[in-house]
Amino acid sequence: MTRAQAIPAAVALAAVLAATAMGGWRAGLIVAVWLGAWAVNARLAASARGRLAVPALFGLTLVLLWEMATRLYAVPPVILPPPTAILARLATGLPVIWGDFVQTFVKGALSGYAIGCSAALAAAIAIDRSPFLTRGLLPVGNFVAALPIVGIAPILVMWFGFDWQSKAAVVVVMVFFPMLVNTVEGLRAATAMQRDQMRTWSAGYWQELRYLRLPVAMPFIFNGLKISTTLALIGAIVAEFFGSPIRGMGFRISTEVGRLGLDMVWAVIVVAALAGSAFYGIVAAVEKRVTFWHPSQRNRG
Amino acid sequence: MRALVPVLSVVAAIMVLWYAAAVPMNAQWTRDQAARAGTEIGFAEVLAASFNQDRPRLPAPHQVVAELWNSTVIEELTGRRGLWNTGTLSNRSLIYHGWITLSATLMGFAIGTGLGIVLAIGIVHNRAMDQSVMPWAIASQTVPILAIAPMIIVVLNSVGVTGLLPKAIISAYLSFFPVVVGMVKGLRSPDAMQMDLLATYNASEAQTLWKLRLPASVPYLFTSLKVAVAAALVGTIVGELPTGAVAGLGARLLSGSYYGQTVQIWAALFAAAAVAAGLVGLIGWVQRRTLRRMGMAA
Repeated sequence: MTRAQAIPAAVALAAVLAATAMGGWRAGLIVAVWLGAWAVNARLAASARGRLAVPALFGLTLVLLWEMATRLYAVPPVILPPPTAILARLATGLPVIWGDFVQTFVKGALSGYAIGCSAALAAAIAIDRSPFLTRGLLPVGNFVAALPIVGIAPILVMWFGFDWQSKAAVVVVMVFFPMLVNTVEGLRAATAMQRDQMRTWSAGYWQELRYLRLPVAMPFIFNGLKISTTLALIGAIVAEFFGSPIRGMGFRISTEVGRLGLDMVWAVIVVAALAGSAFYGIVAAVEKRVTFWHPSQRNRG
Repeated sequence: MRALVPVLSVVAAIMVLWYAAAVPMNAQWTRDQAARAGTEIGFAEVLAASFNQDRPRLPAPHQVVAELWNSTVIEELTGRRGLWNTGTLSNRSLIYHGWITLSATLMGFAIGTGLGIVLAIGIVHNRAMDQSVMPWAIASQTVPILAIAPMIIVVLNSVGVTGLLPKAIISAYLSFFPVVVGMVKGLRSPDAMQMDLLATYNASEAQTLWKLRLPASVPYLFTSLKVAVAAALVGTIVGELPTGAVAGLGARLLSGSYYGQTVQIWAALFAAAAVAAGLVGLIGWVQRRTLRRMGMAA
């Protein structure tokens, strides 16, 4: 063991001993596992092939520590169930969760996302033709995008009823403004030189839009689309707290919290997290295909 | 200044649309009432009635403004539980609820910003931390964390943590991410030439951090602070939803939705918007002042 390795090892040993002395053998064990995993991670990060392994190991370590902490300290499952219990509940409750997923994600979030994003795209192209409207609407849009829009959920639930239509409406309003602001910005991204070039080819407005300005705007549009994925899921779930039929992820979360079925709540959260990440990942993958020419995509190799 | 006229005309157009929309939204109720009473009413009556219902489907702007005025100034000055009569803020006034929300937001914002800056410094200086924490910080944002806000509140309540802290934890979680991303970008913004210069001065890591990286990151910090404070407010409001509608703007929204008090919902919504605009505006003002003092103003 060289000196450079010996010092961190000694510090780690001291930390484990201190944790054991203060918090008993359980705390010592947890700290030891944490430091061990961290040492492996640091070794991996120093080598070149750690790009996927390092975050994966970090995540696994967190789950392992969670499991150890809840088991060793016998934390009551109504406060924090261990990951294995959540997985077991996920397996047994799959039909129920699938119904919730379809209600909230497919019917509420996806339809609202599609309507909201296409409406914002159309609105952006429409107002882009008038510099006056652009100058007026951009500050207002930026302002509205910073507002706590989830607050309109109770109003829209009142207007559109308890079923998925009101959730889709909340999602439409939530994704509209970020999408609008990004698209308007993107439509202005074409340089004067490029636009002159199109004009020398005697391209009409729609041709210029189709062949120059929309492609140039794509990185901005996808930025809006990616921001909106998370907003859509949040909007659909939070809107269910204000009233919903007897299925849906937000409904499941609020009722299971009331019944102290925390393992079910966490199972729904796992599904929501997976759905959110997958949704984002799909949009990001499409972006990669569409904007392959953009520097931010080319550099990744 | 150049944008003032367009912005004002857009706002005016929104107002006109709002009034116009209030008529068809509320007319049905007026017609039902008239039909029940067995009277015929003309369009003029319907029009007048649409703007003055107690529980309209869409309250007209002046009703919202009146409710805002009544539930702040009037309630505090003349209300039985108001500031004037009791010396404490009335629990029916928006000032009281707004303050509850604002204090939790600021606390969460402070925690989130502090953690975010510390984590960003760690990420910039430690390769293992960069590779292991950063992907999860990004992945954590695709998780609809707001959806589990109510559960966090309930769980923290059950272990005895009550008051501001549970809400503040949620807003801290939401405000923490933009700060981490912005600060990592900012701390890495000094170019190779500047870093080399400090290396020729034989500056230590800590000196580089204090004298180059932190000052260079200030513009990035303020930009992300604006995003973070808006996110913190959303987190607090959603965190107030499940607490049994006790206090705060979120509780006002929820109780308004339970009792069909649409005007109250809209007033709470506008109060929240005012708080958000105020916070973002305040940070923007500090940003301009600071950047001018540092000689970095655009």
